[in-house]
Amino acid sequence: MLAWGYSSSSEKLKNFIRIASGQGFWGDLLRAPLDQVTKGPVDYMMMDYLAEVTMSIMQKQKRKDPKLGYAKDLVELMGEILPICVNKNIKVITNGGGVNPVACSEAIVATARKLGIKKLKVGVVLGDDILGRIDELGIDLRNMETGESMNSIRSRLQSANVYFGAWPIVEALKQGAQIVITGRTTDTGLTLAPMIYEFDWKKDDWDKLAAGTVAGHILECGGQASGGNFSADWRSVPDLARIGFPIAEAYPNAEIVITKHENTGGLVTLQSVKEQLLYEIGDPTQYITPDCVADFTTIQLDEVGKDRVKLSGVRGKQATDFYKVSMSYLDGYTAFGTLTYSWPDALDKARKADEILRTRVNDLGLKFDEIRTEYLGYNSSHGGIADIAKEVNEVVLRVGVRGKDRESVERFGKELAPLILTGPPSVTGFAGGRPKPSEVISYWPALIPKSAMKPGTLIVEA
Amino acid sequence: MKIRLFDICHGRSGDKGDTANVGLIARKKEYYPVIAKYVTAERVKRHFEGIALGKVERFELANLWALNFLLHNALGGGGTKSLKNDAQGKTLAAALLKMEIEVDEKIQY
Repeated sequence: MLAWGYSSSSEKLKNFIRIASGQGFWGDLLRAPLDQVTKGPVDYMMMDYLAEVTMSIMQKQKRKDPKLGYAKDLVELMGEILPICVNKNIKVITNGGGVNPVACSEAIVATARKLGIKKLKVGVVLGDDILGRIDELGIDLRNMETGESMNSIRSRLQSANVYFGAWPIVEALKQGAQIVITGRTTDTGLTLAPMIYEFDWKKDDWDKLAAGTVAGHILECGGQASGGNFSADWRSVPDLARIGFPIAEAYPNAEIVITKHENTGGLVTLQSVKEQLLYEIGDPTQYITPDCVADFTTIQLDEVGKDRVKLSGVRGKQATDFYKVSMSYLDGYTAFGTLTYSWPDALDKARKADEILRTRVNDLGLKFDEIRTEYLGYNSSHGGIADIAKEVNEVVLRVGVRGKDRESVERFGKELAPLILTGPPSVTGFAGGRPKPSEVISYWPALIPKSAMKPGTLIVEA
Repeated sequence: MKIRLFDICHGRSGDKGDTANVGLIARKKEYYPVIAKYVTAERVKRHFEGIALGKVERFELANLWALNFLLHNALGGGGTKSLKNDAQGKTLAAALLKMEIEVDEKIQY
């Protein structure tokens, strides 16, 4: 194992770099990024904010205020960590720019100025948001799963973003950016980019790019690789309250050690890393990103120390000629209501309440595409696989409806509370008020030729 | 002998649209050939009757002692459309670990 520290000459390639995972989703543990930049040495920190639905939420915010449309708490967070990152020369790469990375970077620059930080270079990756250009592009972005034409959802489109990979970030780093803000960049690209930049990997170094991509997949869900949501033996995980997020220690030959800071909770073991590798993948031989196609069946894992798992042998194939496009569209409304029934006959009473509710909404002529009843505490997670208890002390009745007609969905919300006084007895748990309709945002994945897109970079300076 | 997958495996599950992915990982290297032999796509499809409404695909990752299953049409439409409490299939790995298989091999725990 190499000792910490490397040549101070910025011209010389580093022996290794440490890339920290700071956030695994928008809403993740807010303390984690601060821990990552204070509890031990790191060179980079990546933070993933975007899920498929997130972009449409951000577009909605941007429509109300053109200065919004990004992860607002990212700006607060940067206020907290910027002085430390500047002091220690830690670079931060995040896709928290959402659908407005320029406004996000301006807000971060304003925060830097308030803190008296000068000459901070914030790089912005542009061009992924194609919502406003979709007609001009003149390409029918057919649903890549069903083959359906985009025309069927064109009028209900809420967001359309192209997944860029690591290379636009590399460009921003080359231009001297210490902070890189992107829109819809792949989660894995955030981790791969610093490796390409520091080790001068080439566009056709497919095996190396694949190794960095695999490391990115391990880091992109934060604590889920270092002891969070750990099914192998959750009782054995030390101090989850102070879990340390994962860190990728990357070497120029594409060997990568997954680790975490000492004196933090959680664990990094073969099992914790494997669980994350198996998370949200399809065909493991074809893990497709804009940068390469990684083959997960070639990954070699070795435990090389306490909380140190080495990743090697990863093979990659040439990237495809397409970017994936993530689009979202309005698809009706849902509402959910819950009521808690207690012993005696908790389940029977919940079932009866459900029957009464369905009769009432039927009598009212309400129109739904789907109505679904689940019994939480009984079998809602596993259905027929669940062991059926002879008698449960209490059960939560959960009824959800979905439909195109907003008024029906809203009216459903008014039929829940009356069950308390006009249904079976020993019922409680209606503190949240009437269920309100919420918009269904459906997801429309498509492909676009890479040749039709031009990722751009911009540097904003404090 | 009859064994429960929970005793020889761990796992993790997640979503991609209306498809759930369920990763099943053997706790020891010698358990991998056992799950590879008995935990077939057909067997898993039967186990998830009423949940996995579409086809079930299986992929092997012998290097990680693991199998990856794709359960199609299993999440009530997926995303914000789903009316399921577990709309992202987060608990489906645990559901697979409940599965019992009858094996010819003698398994040492």
